[in-house]
Formats: sequence, structure tokens, C-alpha cells
Amino acid sequence: MRVHSMKILCSALLAALCLSGPARADDIVFMSTQLRPIEEAQKLREVILKDFPQKVTLVPEEPAPLATRMKAEADAGKRTVSVVAAGHGELQPLQAIGALDPIDDVAAKLKDRGIPASLMQLGKLGTDKQLYIPWMQATYIMVANKKALPFLPAGADVNALTYDQLAAWAKAIQEKTGQRRLGFPAGPKGLMPRFFEGYLYPAYTGGVVTPFRSAEAETMWGAFKALWASVNPNSANYDFMQEPLQGGEVWIAFDHVARLKDALIAKPDDFVAFPAPAGPKGRGYMAVVAGLSIAKGAPNRAGGEALIEYLTEAKVQLITASEVGFFPVVKAELPANLNPGIKLEAAAVDKTQSAPDALVSFLPVGLGDKGGQFNKVYMDTFQRVVLRGEPIRAVLDSEADALKAIMTATNAPCWAPDPASSGACPVK
Amino acid sequence: MTTAVEPAALPRATPASAARAQWLPYLLLAPSLIFLAVLFALPFLQTLLLSVSDGDKLSLANYAKMATDLNFAPSLRNTFALVLAVVPLQVVLALGMAMMLQKVRVARDIVLWIWTIPLAVSDLAAGLAWFAILNDSGYLNSVLYAVGAIPDQQGLLSYETPVTLFIGIAAAEIWRATAIVLVILVAGVQLIPREYGEAAEVFGATAWQRFLRVTLPLLKPSLQTALILRTVLAFEVFAVVYALGGRNMPVLVGEAYVWQHENQNYGVAAAYAVLVMAVSLAATVVYLRALRVPREQQS
Repeated sequence: MRVHSMKILCSALLAALCLSGPARADDIVFMSTQLRPIEEAQKLREVILKDFPQKVTLVPEEPAPLATRMKAEADAGKRTVSVVAAGHGELQPLQAIGALDPIDDVAAKLKDRGIPASLMQLGKLGTDKQLYIPWMQATYIMVANKKALPFLPAGADVNALTYDQLAAWAKAIQEKTGQRRLGFPAGPKGLMPRFFEGYLYPAYTGGVVTPFRSAEAETMWGAFKALWASVNPNSANYDFMQEPLQGGEVWIAFDHVARLKDALIAKPDDFVAFPAPAGPKGRGYMAVVAGLSIAKGAPNRAGGEALIEYLTEAKVQLITASEVGFFPVVKAELPANLNPGIKLEAAAVDKTQSAPDALVSFLPVGLGDKGGQFNKVYMDTFQRVVLRGEPIRAVLDSEADALKAIMTATNAPCWAPDPASSGACPVK
Repeated sequence: MTTAVEPAALPRATPASAARAQWLPYLLLAPSLIFLAVLFALPFLQTLLLSVSDGDKLSLANYAKMATDLNFAPSLRNTFALVLAVVPLQVVLALGMAMMLQKVRVARDIVLWIWTIPLAVSDLAAGLAWFAILNDSGYLNSVLYAVGAIPDQQGLLSYETPVTLFIGIAAAEIWRATAIVLVILVAGVQLIPREYGEAAEVFGATAWQRFLRVTLPLLKPSLQTALILRTVLAFEVFAVVYALGGRNMPVLVGEAYVWQHENQNYGVAAAYAVLVMAVSLAATVVYLRALRVPREQQS
């Protein structure tokens, strides 16, 4: 009996080993931090990549192990990965360890795709070489349960909110229902730093690094701390806002479109989607880009180039949008039969981008592997000011030193919406 | 499998075989030593080196960065508070359970088996199970609400309720990791010859006196092992804390994880790792000294 079960176990192990065995040399190993959830990965494999003529082995990978793996492959001198797909901020550390191959040749071939120059510029990661080709884009929006709409302050237009109106709205809900129903993704894996860097800071100060400790920033933190009194305290644990939205724990939420998608797809009639609020300096919003790059020493560079060309075709970009809810980087009209949830998102994204007071900011550029510590400055400031109640001025001054140290160490020039700088972006 | 070697086939003791016999123990130990050296000592040295290097020069900058971080003091305090709250309770509980188990005549194995179920549950899974109980719309809130004990959902795991969060994490840790202490103590109790207890009983010792004067001292080697193992693991607590509180209750290993993965500063992460290692080593030394086992009792 025991011998028998051992045999079964052994053959199962053997089978598992065979299945997970190394890809054949002519396969294109495509490692992606994007579309990692199993349903999305399946859609990438079976729908998006269906018409690509070569065999692609998709390996979903978390952002942090990605850098470790690329470094290990470089150290070992045995490369398996040809194409890397990751968020802009996740590709930066790979550039810092020299794991990305310049692909100006691929960029030249894709000239007629209509990828905006600003996005192509991002793909240089602060160098003078093209290191990734933009693949998909997204941004952050707000979603509200329709139950929250009756509490909107008088005269407020949900599609053109200000931060003061958002605060009044959340406060009204709290006072009338006894519950704090505004939520932010401030959990360990949440994208809260992007809210500060791309939304709150630009809206109040018109910048993100330069005015870090300005008087406007001081006002901003004071206002945000007051707003936080109406925020659900579980926000410090939320990673994806679609979950508390679907559960009804939160009625109004801010998050990345990909992290709101499930709620909107599941119940498109229960929710509205709208742009993030505006502050005194405009409606700050952040353009998020995921890119495709070729690993240095890629075992199948030609296949990788073909894969990048395929994924940036307009037709494939549209399939990608309707299947996984990331929006095209190339010029392409969204199809009419789009999923109603995705349609809500697309409309909110469009309203954000075309708002008259829109103030676009890009992801941090040129921070290399210091991107995480850059986010930490904003999250630490938030923790200290809002959660621990430390005096705002003192916190801003001490965190400004940390920010200055990062900017000096990386020598990263300012990116939008901060005014351009020569040399490292200054913290005034 | 057990093809016994014929005695006649044994070689005569020659100088060569004597030398071989001398080397044999080392030869047999070699695989485990090499294993430990390659997979433990080497990575540890690398971590140590990483923690004291800044670029390519030696420096304590990583430690300075660790110590001045806003989460350092809370994580140190929380980790020690958890160890001090959880480990003694676990030892007392496990001792009680081991003693009770001795008196169980029927279905003893089944009781032991049930008690050790948490041992088989991964710590993250245990944390998630407790999260299902303790979160805002979890079982505890539902039950309390159903019986009318609370008017509305009560948040137990947020940054606004550090006390219930701590109690929740401690409860989950006690549930999850008391079994390992229990297993070691049960093994230890079974090794104590019955004659000692019976002799004490003949001289009129009460049950409590027998426990304090006979069982407990004889259990010292097992207690030492259990305490060292449990304390070292308690200093490494992470998954349960993460599942229940996210970063609302920072702990040392959690901070190491955050510095490694979120902040991508491997040097500070290494400094945390070295600190956890040092704290664990110190605890081990304390136990080895405080619960010194006489040579004749060592097996």
C-alpha cells in the first residue's frame, strides 16, 4: 500500500518536473508582472497571443522577484528570458542593474503605430536609449456606489469634484449613516503612494518633488488629515478597492482602473465611475504605462522583437482593452461592444484626460532602484501626519531631507508636473 | 532491504580499516556539514556583509537607516511584546495539555492528533482563517451582532484599535504554534520513568508537589528545547501579523520584508535580518544558561 502510494507520488513529481521543465530554446520566454492574476494570464495566453505565430511561454512574475531573477540570470550567465513586460516603475530597477537591452531598432520599426511621443520618451527611463516600448496604459479613477450619490453636497458635479467637495460628501455620509464609507488603497500592496504623487500633490501644489515642503503642501496635508476623519479606518489594509466596494464596506473609492475593474464588471448598474477631484492647482492625474522590453542577452531576440511588434498592433491593442481593461497606447477607437464595466472605466478615463483643469503627471523617471524609497517618503509623511498626528511642518521638513537625499543620489531631473530642472530635481 | 551482513564476512581489523573507522563519523557528518555551510553559513555571511556595506566600502549606514526609520521602534516593541505575551502562555498551555494527556486513557492518540492539527496549517493560512473570524464582517462580529451584544460592526484590526489587533494576533499565534511546544513536551513527559512519581507519592507528595518537584525538573531538557525553538520562531513572526493587520502592527521580519521588496533597499533589509538573528541568538543563550541541564541528565 505504502509502496504503491510512493509510486504515485513519484510519478506525480516526475510529471510536475516535466511540465515545468525548461522551455525549448526556440520558445520566447515572456516574463510579465502585468496581467498576473490567473484569469488575466489565461486571457493573455489564449486570446491576446492566439494569433501570434511563434510559441510563447508566458511566465507571470511578481515585481520584486523579477529584479532578483534578472540579476541571478545575469550572474549565472544563463539567460532564459527574452521579453520582459512590466510597469514603468518596475522596469526602472532593471535598467539600474543593466538587465535591459536598448531597442532603438524596434522603436524605429514601430514609428507608424502612433504611440505618443511623451510615452515613448518615458520608455527611455531617463537615458538616451529606448529601453521599453509602451504596451498598455491605465490611470486612476474614482468609483462610487449609487447609494452614495444622494449625499453629494449641493451644487457638486460628480464628474468635476473638488477635494473640499469630496470631504464634505464623505462627511455627510458619515453623519447620516454613522459609517465611514470613503476608502483609499493604503494597504501593504495598495497603490496609495501614487495618489500622493500623481493626484493630491499636483492638485494642491502643482508639483510633486519641488514643492514637497511648500506652504501649499502644508495646507494640503491639513486638509487631507481633516478628510481622513471620514475615511474608513480599514483603508490602511485595503490593497484592491474593488473588494470593499463589492462588499459594500466602502461606497466611494480611489484606485487604479485595473483594481476597480472587477466591481464594475460584476455590477455595472450599481456603480458610477468618475475622475479624481481637483485642488487649487488643477485636477492632478497620473498616466500609468506598462512597457515591453528585451532582456540583455536574450536567447531569442528576433522572436522577442516580433512579439513586441505583434502586441502593439492596433487590433491586438483593442483585444487587450476589451479582455483585460488596460487601454491602448496606439491610436485605436474602442469597440462598441465593450463590456459595460470597462465602458464605465473608459468613460471616466476619458473625462479625466479631457477635463479642462486636467494636470497630467508622469511616473517618476530616473530614480533607478530608489523608486521604492521615493514612494516611502510620501507614505511615511502620510503615516506621520495623518495616522500618528505629528506636526505637519516638522514632518515635511524632516521628510524633505530624505527626499533630497534620494534626488541627489540618483541625480534625477524633474518630471511633469514639476518645472524642468538642470541636474537633480530640487526640493525647495 | 535489511540484508544483514554475515559476521564471518566482516573484515579483520587492519591498520587501514582502523583509520577508516576513525574517519567514518566525519565522512557521515560531511553531507550535513556541507549542506549547512553552503545553504546556511554562506548566505548568512553574505547577509552580514551586505548589511555592513555601503556601495563598496564598509559602513554602518544601513543600521543607522534602520534605527532612524519611523517603524523601527514600533516594530521592535511589537515583536518583543508578542514574544513576551505569547511564548509563556504557550508553554503553560502546552504543559497543562501534556499533563492532561497523561491521564487520558481512551482515544489518547485522537486527542493528541486533534491538538496538533494547527501544526499542519501554514502560518499565512492560519492568519487568513483568523482574519475571517476577526474582520469587520467576520464571524465574531456576526455572532456578537446576532445576539445583540453590539449595535453595529466593530472594527477590531485597524490602526485605531491597536489593543484588539494585538490580542487578535496573539490569539492566532497561540492557536497556531502551541502544538509544536506540546509535541516536544509530550515526548519529554513520556521519557520520565514512572518510578519517580510513584516514589514521591509513597512519601506523601501531593499531585501539585509531584508536578513541581519531580515532573518539571525532569522535563527541563524538553522545556529548554521547546522554549528555544518557540522563541526563535516567535521572533520571526510575520505571516499572521501581515494577514491580520497588514502594516498596522509593524514587526521586525515584516520590516525586513518591506525594505527588501517595497523599498528595494537590500542593505537595510539585511540589517533587519542580522538584528533578528542576534536577538534570537541572545534568547537561545539565555535559555541555555537559565535552564542548564546537568550532564548526567543529558542524553
